[in-house]
Amino acid sequence: MSNKVRTGLPRYVITCLGLAALAGVTLFGSRATAGVLPEDRADVLYFRYDGGGVTINGPSMLVRKSIGEHVSVAANYYIDMVSSASIDVQTSASPYDDERTQASLSMDFLHGKSTYSIGYVDSDESDYKAKTMFASVSHDMFGDLTTISFAFKSGQNEVFRNVKIDDVKQNDPAFNDGLGHADMESRSFSVGVSQIVTRNLVLSGQYEVITDEGWLNSPYRSVRFFIGTDAQGQQPEKYPNTRSSNAASIRGKYFLPWRAAVDGMYRFYTDTWGVVGHTGELGYVHPLDKKFAGGDWTIEGRLRYYTQSAADFYADIFPRADFSNFMARDKELATYNAITAGIGATYEFKIERFPWLTKGQLNLRYDYMTISYDDFRDATFSLGKFGALPDEPLAPGTEPLYELKANIFQFYISAFF
Amino acid sequence: MRIRGLFVLTALVAMAGCSSIEPWVKPYDRENLADPIMSFSRAPISQDFLDHVFESREGSRGATGGGGGGCGCN
Repeated sequence: MSNKVRTGLPRYVITCLGLAALAGVTLFGSRATAGVLPEDRADVLYFRYDGGGVTINGPSMLVRKSIGEHVSVAANYYIDMVSSASIDVQTSASPYDDERTQASLSMDFLHGKSTYSIGYVDSDESDYKAKTMFASVSHDMFGDLTTISFAFKSGQNEVFRNVKIDDVKQNDPAFNDGLGHADMESRSFSVGVSQIVTRNLVLSGQYEVITDEGWLNSPYRSVRFFIGTDAQGQQPEKYPNTRSSNAASIRGKYFLPWRAAVDGMYRFYTDTWGVVGHTGELGYVHPLDKKFAGGDWTIEGRLRYYTQSAADFYADIFPRADFSNFMARDKELATYNAITAGIGATYEFKIERFPWLTKGQLNLRYDYMTISYDDFRDATFSLGKFGALPDEPLAPGTEPLYELKANIFQFYISAFF
Repeated sequence: MRIRGLFVLTALVAMAGCSSIEPWVKPYDRENLADPIMSFSRAPISQDFLDHVFESREGSRGATGGGGGGCGCN
């Protein structure tokens, strides 16, 4: 009898939370303020990422439009054009070009103090296809000082391996024991709260649990292992087929006395693979004096710091082949820290001939990212690049630690109507 | 039973609290908060792109918002 009480109550609570989550979103995910629909806008972005032998550029387009007073619809189309000769590719493959397209559609329904959101995201690249649906609800309370939100996200992913047959890139029919593809499912639950603290300060927090199951490692990447003391071999990575993570973040924004805003964010992350991450970010937004700047300019500065510990089954080089059940050499699972510094400028304008255009914005943004790895070495010093050995190869495990530096450019135009 | 009672009591207290809390920042005091520079994401299209850049290169994920999918990470 007592057992029934103990087990029944948590189930009831979990069911309530589950239903709330199924109904809906996070405050951040929808980027909507409960009680007020997001403003109508259209954005066109061009971006370029250049670092670590990888160049990615492409456009992204976002349109958001209200339908009546209670519904807002948003559509986004995004293309990643990738040209890659990354450190992983240099040591085990040939440079390649690829393209990823992502399309999403979402709807927000405003009902009283609540906003319900649903959405669908489709991502397609030659060796990875992802379909994600999400739903969320957010609700204003306490005189609109507090907004709470719940969100649920579910993803179905298909992983392929590309090979060149007769010089034509195609999916490898032999991949995954002849199946040709592998599946991965992902679920996410999150809760969030946003709180107006004073007339100049707003705080928000979010907690998100993500679970993955299925094929989680790269179909291409290999791990290294010692053969004797100064030779090395390679074998395919092997990951667990489940991963669960917990992430909690808090952020705040403060309005300064001279019409500028400063914001800060901290996120703690941990998962079942042993990765523990800390993210911190500081930002400053400052509209310039119109007479001084000769127009309606806003400048922005941002500094982001990230550090993480390695996954339990990560090693730059393993002591021997088949050293353990799970083996990884993905640098994203290594121990490292990263600093990203960014600056941006926005010019706001109006066009008299287009009275329907509330305002327009031209935006430029540049970020410089540097990642310093503590236990991921530049294996090109021993393995060479694209199959060509270096003139004087270093002994495995003595190569210099790898460092990644990247330039990230964004230019986008926003129209509000 | 004790846990269930505690839960009901907590819920009742919380609901009672809802009706009596007066907003300490009045709507007419929210001019600064309504300024566009106080938005956590003034440019969602740019923020989504940057979130994807970071998520593709870091072991951490989640609690940043966004609803993307796919890899784009090689």
